[in-house]
Amino acid sequence: MSAFVALFARELKLAARAKTEWLMPPLFFVIVVTLFGFGVRPNDPQLAAFAPAILWVGALLAALLSLERLYRSDQEDGTLEQLLVSDTSLTFAVFVKSLAHWLLSGLPLVLLAAPLASMLGLPSAQFAPLVLGLALGTPCLSFIGGFVAALTVGLPRGGALLPVLVLPLIVPVVIFGAGAVRAAGQGLDAGAPLYFLAAILMFTLTVLPWLAAAALRNAFE
Amino acid sequence: MSLLIADRLTVLRGDRVLLRDFDLCLAAGELLHLRGANGVGKTSLLETLAGLRRAGGGAVRQTPDDAPPHWLGHRNGLNLQLSAIENLRFWCGINGAPASAIDAALARMKLPPRARLRSCRLLSAGQKRRTALARLLLQRRSVWLLDEPLDGLDIDGLGLFAELVEEHLQGGGAVLMTSHQMLPAPLVAREWLL
Repeated sequence: MSAFVALFARELKLAARAKTEWLMPPLFFVIVVTLFGFGVRPNDPQLAAFAPAILWVGALLAALLSLERLYRSDQEDGTLEQLLVSDTSLTFAVFVKSLAHWLLSGLPLVLLAAPLASMLGLPSAQFAPLVLGLALGTPCLSFIGGFVAALTVGLPRGGALLPVLVLPLIVPVVIFGAGAVRAAGQGLDAGAPLYFLAAILMFTLTVLPWLAAAALRNAFE
Repeated sequence: MSLLIADRLTVLRGDRVLLRDFDLCLAAGELLHLRGANGVGKTSLLETLAGLRRAGGGAVRQTPDDAPPHWLGHRNGLNLQLSAIENLRFWCGINGAPASAIDAALARMKLPPRARLRSCRLLSAGQKRRTALARLLLQRRSVWLLDEPLDGLDIDGLGLFAELVEEHLQGGGAVLMTSHQMLPAPLVAREWLL
C-alpha cells in the first residue's frame, strides 16, 4: 500500500513540476479536432459522419505524446535499477505508472470528448457511447503504450519508434470504439462493441504490466 | 558466516563474456575492494551480483534467502526534479521503510537543511552522492554493493563514508565496492584484483 502511494504521489508531483507534460495532450486534442472543422466546407454534414473516427484518432494520438518519457528519465537517473533491487515488484510499479499516465493524459481527453463532439455536430444520442468508449479505450493505450515505451527505453532514438509500434497495436480499440459511436448513430445497441473494448482493457490490465516489466529488465542487457 | 556467495558465475555484457567461473564469498563484517583496469568487468560483475544483469551461468546466493542488497551504481537513483527529501521519501515508501529516519540520515551525511529542499537538479555532484548514500541508512540490508561510491565526494565526505562503512561492518554487514582511489582511512579492505 505504501508503495502504491509512493509511486502515485511521485508521478503526480512530477506532473505538477512539468506542466507541459499533462497540458500538451488535451491542447493537442483540441487543436487537431478543430483543424478538421476548418478543413472541410462550412456546415458540411459529412463532418458529423466522420466525427467518431476523428475524435478517436485525435484522442489516441494525443495520449501518445507523453508516453515516450514514461520510463526514459527513470532509466537515465538510475531509478529503474533501484526499483529492480527494491522490495516492490517491478510489475506493480509498471502498473501504477501506467495508471498514473492514464489519469494525467487519458482522463482529460475523455472529459474533453463531449464538448468537442458537439463542436463537430455529432448528435447528442451518440455522446454516451463515445465518452464511455474513450473511458475504456484510453487506458488500453496507456498500458499498451507503457509496454512499448518499456521495450524502447534502451534505444537511443526510441521516441520516433514508439508511435510506429503502438499505433498498429491500438487498431482493435479504434475499430470497436468508433464502432460503438456509429452503432448508436444507426439506432443500434452500442453494448456489444463496448463490451469488446472492456474485454481488451481487461486483457491489457492483466497481461501487459508483466510484459513491460520483463522488457524493462531486458533494457539492462 | 557468508552473506553473499557467487558460485562459478559467468558475467556477460551483451554477448561478450567478461568473467568465467568466477567464485566469490563475502563474509559478514568483510569489506572487499574490487580493483582492475577499465573495461575488465567490475561494474558488470556488481550488476550481476545485485540481480540487475542476467548471469550467463553459475549462481548468486544471498543469506538470508532473497534478501535484496543495497545497490549504488554510477547513477544515483535520484529524480532531478524532486528534492533530496522527496526522493528519499519515495524510496522509503517503495521499500516499506519508515520515513521518519530521512532527516537524521541526511543530517548524518551533512547535507545542509536548505539543500535538502532544493530540487536535485541544483545540487552538486557530491551533494547528490551524499543523498544517494543517505538512502543506505534508511533501511537495513546486510549486503552493500557499491560501484565507485567515492565519486564526487570531498575529503569530509570520504570521512563520512568511512564512518558509515565501518559502522555497517561492525553491525554484521558486508560491503563489496569498486574504486580506483585508495580507500579513506581507517578502512581496511581485502583487495581483489580482476
